[in-house]
Amino acid sequence: MIHFDSISLVQGEHHLSGINFKVPKGDYAVLMGPTGCGKTSVLELICGLRSPLSGKIFLEGRDVTELSPAARGVGYVPQDGALFPGLTVGEQVGFSLRVRKRPEEEIKTRVIQVSNMLGISHLLSRHPEALSGGERQRVALGRALAFGPRILCLDEPLSALDEDLRADMCALLKKVHAETGVTALHVTHSESEAQELATLHLRFESGNIC
Amino acid sequence: MQTRNGNDRGFLLFLTLFAGLYVALIVGMLFADATYTSPAHLIEALKSDEIRYAAKLSLTTSTITALLSVWFAIPIGYLLSRTNFFGKTLVDGILDIPIVLPPMVIGLSLLILFQTSFGAAVESVLPVTYRIPSVIIAQFSVSCAFAVRTMRITFDQLSERPEQVALTLGASKAQAFWRVTLPQAGGGALSAGLLAWARALGEFGPILVFSGATRMKTEVLPSTVFLELSTGNLEAAVAVSLLMVIAAIAVLVMARAIGGRRGW
Repeated sequence: MIHFDSISLVQGEHHLSGINFKVPKGDYAVLMGPTGCGKTSVLELICGLRSPLSGKIFLEGRDVTELSPAARGVGYVPQDGALFPGLTVGEQVGFSLRVRKRPEEEIKTRVIQVSNMLGISHLLSRHPEALSGGERQRVALGRALAFGPRILCLDEPLSALDEDLRADMCALLKKVHAETGVTALHVTHSESEAQELATLHLRFESGNIC
Repeated sequence: MQTRNGNDRGFLLFLTLFAGLYVALIVGMLFADATYTSPAHLIEALKSDEIRYAAKLSLTTSTITALLSVWFAIPIGYLLSRTNFFGKTLVDGILDIPIVLPPMVIGLSLLILFQTSFGAAVESVLPVTYRIPSVIIAQFSVSCAFAVRTMRITFDQLSERPEQVALTLGASKAQAFWRVTLPQAGGGALSAGLLAWARALGEFGPILVFSGATRMKTEVLPSTVFLELSTGNLEAAVAVSLLMVIAAIAVLVMARAIGGRRGW
């Protein structure tokens, strides 16, 4: 579960306060709102990449407001994928387990398992520059899911894809959600994406999420 | 009436004129050096024990200085690029001082620093002034500032996003730096090292004041040029200058080759 309790933050030149919302455990929430309203900031607050001015953030019932990003266990897929240059797809997917110093055998098994689920097992030895837009997003998703997070944050993951790929990725996201049961918060501008994926619709309006 | 193409040509000509003049000045200087001296002069210069010692000392100290400069510049550049702290503007300004200070003043300041009680304490363990360590410290004082600027710009230009993603994946800040950010900064580190090496090779003022120009002891190649010029031996001075030009171009070509192969 994701729970914002009276969160306030500075968004550009605006001061937003009293942001409250909940995403129940296992839901796939889609957050929409005008450009610059602070949707990405909400994801960054959940991941621990920025701090609120006041208020509390609870994930799975645990107060994580003061926790570092590493301690929160949130999978994060940024808008452009932000893959690590110089690492192969296999190394990207295994990154979270390698920094946790898991045994190599376990990492290997998990990388194969995740890449099979996302259809990227043929890309494991490739570097980011040799991937298409759709492949990059799949790899970014695999990298975020490999350590088995209970919360997944997706920042416009389909915005750079053409219509066909978008439909494929929507289907893939549905499958991943069904298989993992992860609680997801997906930011988008696309109404059709929201219709396709959301089990919970959220709107960022007038400085609040409802 | 002037056509659009005519206007564009005029503008391009204007740009080319300035670029051409400056490139001509650089090539002209190198050409003048190359034609003033002859292979015989170069060989004669290389036969001299003093010049061979100076060349060896210059190449060794410049390489040590370049490595030290990059070693310091990476954490300093990263700190300035990625963090905000009280007094950052002041620290940023202080780091530019070696770039704007007259070289002689840097040498004199180092000389005085090593006369203080702190300097005396260091000297009691490792003799510095007028010895080889002073050459490295004099070169490092200036070269490191250039390396820091280069590394700061490198980190400024790298997106912070991959590093942030690494943090969400469970990496500590140090792990994110070593595994994600630093590998992307390889090209910048090479440029910083190259710039520091070239600055160190050409450093003269601070070395003259802080290390002296004693033959077979603290004489580096720029000191040789000065010593040969002051005794009226222009041929040897030009031959040594040309050696430095060749060494600098060799490093530049090497760096470009490595950079090109790795896609930097």
